[in-house]
Amino acid sequence: MTSTENTPAATPVKKQLTIKVFGVGGCGGNVVSHISRAGFADVQLIVLNTDSQALAQCPLPYKFNLGLGLNGGLGAGGDPERGRAAAEEDEARLRELCTGVDLVFICAGLGGGTGTGAGPVLARVAKACGALSLAFVTLPFECEGPKRMKQARLGLEEFKAAADGVICLPNQKVFKLIDENTSVIETFATTNDLLAQGVRGLWQLVTRPGFINLDFADLCAVVRNRHSESSFASAEATGPHRAKEVVEKLLANPLLDGGAALGEADALLVSLMGGSGLTMAEVSRVMEQINRHAENAHLIMGAAIEESLGDRLTVTLVASRQPVNPPAAPKAPEAEVPEPESTPRAGTGFDLLGAAIASKPVPRASALKSEASQAPAVLTEVAPDAALSAPMAVSRSWRSRKKAKVAHPELGLETVTTGPFQQSEPTRHNGVNLDVPTFVRRGLVMN
Amino acid sequence: MLNLFFPEKTTVIVGLEIGTTKVAAVVGEVTEAGGVNVTGIGQCPSRGVRKGEVVNADLAAEDVRNAIVEAEKSANVEIASVYLSVTGGHLTSLNTHGVFTATSDDHEISPPDVTEVLANAKVFSRPSENTVLHAIRQHFTLNGQAGITDPVGMLGGKLELDMHVVHGVTTRLQNPVRVVKGLNLEVEELVFSGLASSLALLDNEQKQMGVLVVDFGAGTTEYVVYADGVIKHTGILAVGGDHVTNDLSYGLRKVSPARAEQLKREHGAATIEGAAGQTLTLTSENGFDDRRVNLEHLRRIMVARLEETFQLIDDDIGEQGFHEQLRAGVCLCGGGARIRGIDQLAESVFGLPTTLGRANAVGGLRSATDDPELATAVGLVKYGAIRQKAQPQGGLVGKLRNLAGSLGIF
Repeated sequence: MTSTENTPAATPVKKQLTIKVFGVGGCGGNVVSHISRAGFADVQLIVLNTDSQALAQCPLPYKFNLGLGLNGGLGAGGDPERGRAAAEEDEARLRELCTGVDLVFICAGLGGGTGTGAGPVLARVAKACGALSLAFVTLPFECEGPKRMKQARLGLEEFKAAADGVICLPNQKVFKLIDENTSVIETFATTNDLLAQGVRGLWQLVTRPGFINLDFADLCAVVRNRHSESSFASAEATGPHRAKEVVEKLLANPLLDGGAALGEADALLVSLMGGSGLTMAEVSRVMEQINRHAENAHLIMGAAIEESLGDRLTVTLVASRQPVNPPAAPKAPEAEVPEPESTPRAGTGFDLLGAAIASKPVPRASALKSEASQAPAVLTEVAPDAALSAPMAVSRSWRSRKKAKVAHPELGLETVTTGPFQQSEPTRHNGVNLDVPTFVRRGLVMN
Repeated sequence: MLNLFFPEKTTVIVGLEIGTTKVAAVVGEVTEAGGVNVTGIGQCPSRGVRKGEVVNADLAAEDVRNAIVEAEKSANVEIASVYLSVTGGHLTSLNTHGVFTATSDDHEISPPDVTEVLANAKVFSRPSENTVLHAIRQHFTLNGQAGITDPVGMLGGKLELDMHVVHGVTTRLQNPVRVVKGLNLEVEELVFSGLASSLALLDNEQKQMGVLVVDFGAGTTEYVVYADGVIKHTGILAVGGDHVTNDLSYGLRKVSPARAEQLKREHGAATIEGAAGQTLTLTSENGFDDRRVNLEHLRRIMVARLEETFQLIDDDIGEQGFHEQLRAGVCLCGGGARIRGIDQLAESVFGLPTTLGRANAVGGLRSATDDPELATAVGLVKYGAIRQKAQPQGGLVGKLRNLAGSLGIF
C-alpha cells in the first residue's frame, strides 16, 4: 500500500504563513508533481487519490490514499459520488491535514471521480478548519464526451460553493495555445504548467517579500467568501520593451478572451516578478496598461524580485468576477438540472459563467425578480445572459438604459456596430477593437 | 527612372495619394534655386478605399483617373509617372543597428565600408511576407563617437549605423501600385504617407529640435517623430475620421452615416465647452423638422474618440522616451486638423505645444500648401524633388545616397 503516514502532524499556531497544496485525483497529482519540479520552497505538496496505483507512480513524498476501506485503493471509477464518499470516509484525516494551515490550494481535474467528488469535500473541510481555500481546476476537453463535461460542470458548482475562490481552466481553451503537431503529452503538460503557474503566481504574491508587498490579508480581502470563479493568465517577456510586450502577450492570451475578461473583472490580482533589473518604471507601465483595461476592478498587485529570472519579466494575473447570483448552500448540487450547454458562448467573457447560469436557472430567476422589484426598468439590463432568455426585451434596451441611468459595461445585446468597418480587418490594439466606438468601450452614458 | 534617361530636362514631379475619402494628385516642379513649387492639383472623392487600403480596385482606378486628369488640366502638363503614398495598419516600423569592424583602428572609412554597414543594418528579422518600404539612415557612430552624418574619410575601426526601417505586407503594398499601373502610369516610388506629410510640413530647424507630426486622416492616423534632424520613430493607427463618423452615427441613436458626417463637419469640435444643454434640430430631406440631437453628446462622443487616439499615440511615443526630445512640439495635419479645438485637445493630451501644420516646405499654389488634407500629396512632391536631386550626382557618392534612400536631408 502506498498510503503514507509520514505527513507531519499539524503544527500549532506560528507566525509564518502555512501553505499546503493538495493535488486531488490523477490530474491533481500530475499538477502537483509539476509544481514540485518548478521548485517551490516551504510549501507542502500533498497528493490525494483513490487509486493506489496512480499514487505509487507519483514521485512526491506526501501522499494519502482516500477511501481505502470503501474502494480498496482501486480508484473512483469516474464516479464523483464514490469520490465524495471516499473523501467523507477520511474526513477526519483531511481535517487533520488542514488544521493550522492558512492557505490551501486544491488542484484537481474535473470530470472524473476523485477530483470532482473528493475535491469539494476537501475544500469544505479546509474552510471549516479556518484556511483560505483556493481551487485550481481544469474542465475536460470537449472530445472527452458530454457526460464528463456535465460531471465537471456540476463539480465546478460544488467547488464554487465550497471553496473561497475557484480558478478554472477549460482545457478546450488550451487548444488555442497549441498547434496541430503538439503531442498529447505536451498538451497535458501545457495545462499542468498553466495550473502550476497560477498556483505559483498566487503563492509568490503572498509569500515573497516584494518591493510592493502584498500579504495574506490582502488576498483574503479580495477572495474570502466570494465564491467566485476566475480566469488566470500569465506571460513572460524579455528585452528592452518587455513591459510592453508582456502586457501584449497577456492580452493575447486566449484564457483571457483577448483581454475581454479584464474589462468584466471586478477583482484583479496581479503578480509581477523580475530579476534585480526590474525597474519601477516598468512596474508602473505594466500596471498602467492593466488598469486601463480593468477600470472597474478592485485591483491588488504585488511586485517581487526573483534573482533566478534574470532578464525575464513575468506577470501572472487572476481576474475574478463576482457571481451574479449568491451561491447555493454547500452540499446542494443541483443534480436534477439537465445540462443544455455544450459549447462555450462566444459573447460572454467567461464561458463558465454562461455554463453556471445555464445549470442553475432557478436561483437566477429569483435573483432577477428581486432586482426587478427594486428597479423595474433595469430588468432588461441585468446581463446579456438574462436578455437572451427574454428576446422580446432586446429592442427596448436602449430606452430602458436611458431611464435607468445605469452605466453598464455589457452591451452584448445590441450588436455594437462597427458600421462601415464590418467588412474590413478590425483595428486591434492590445486586444481592444478600436472600431467599436470609444464611448461605448468607456461605458459613457448618453442619456 | 525618368531622370536617368533625360538628365538635362527639368521634370514635373507628381505626388498621388489614394486616400480613404479622397484621391489627390499634386503637380510640382523644382525651381532653379532648388525649391519646390506646386503648379497644379487634382482631387476626386475616393470610393474604393477603406482604412487607407484599396478594397475595390475598379472604383479606385476610376477615382485615380479623374484626379490625374484634373491635375493635368490644372498644371497643363502630361503626367507619366507619380510618387505614390501608401498607408495601412499592416505597416510596422523599427530601428535597426548595423556594425562594420575593420582590421585595425587606423583604418580610413571608405565608401565600400559604408555600403557594408548599410547592408548589415538592413538585416533584421521580419515576416517573410513583408518587404521593406523605407530604410532611413539616422546617424553613424565611429569608434563610439556618435552623431556622425558622413563618415567617409574619417579614421576608425568600428563603424556603426542606426537606421529606421518601415516595412509592410508585400501584397497589400502592391495593391495601389497595380491600380496606378493599370492606368498606364509609372510609379516612381512608394512612400509611407506619414513620412510624406512630415516632409511637407517641417523645416530643418523643427526636425533638429524634435517634433511629432500627426496626420489624422479619414481611415488611418500616421505619426512620425523627428529628433536631432532624423526620423526616430514612425507609427500608424488604423483609426481616423471615419471612426468619428461611425461613433456619431451609432451614439446619436442611429443617425445615418452621411448625416453623421455632415454633423461632424458642421457642429463637431474637440471640446465640450459651450455645448452644454444645446440641441440641434435636424431637418429631413423634405425640409421638415425631423428630430433633435443633443450637441453635448455629439461633442462628448467626438472628444472620447479623438482623445483616445491621441492617448494611444502618446503612450507609444512615451514608451520610447521621446517626450523630452520634442522641443518643437506637435504638428497636426490631415482632415482631422480641421476639427475645431483639436490643437487644444492635442496640447492637453501630449503636454506639448501644438500647431496646425501648413506646407511650409514648398511654394506655389496657396490652395494646396495651406490645405492640411493635401499635406501628404504635397509632401510626395517634396520627396520626389529630394530623390531626383540626389540622382544626377552620379559616381559612387550619388549611388550611395540613393541606396540609403535618404541622406541627412531628412
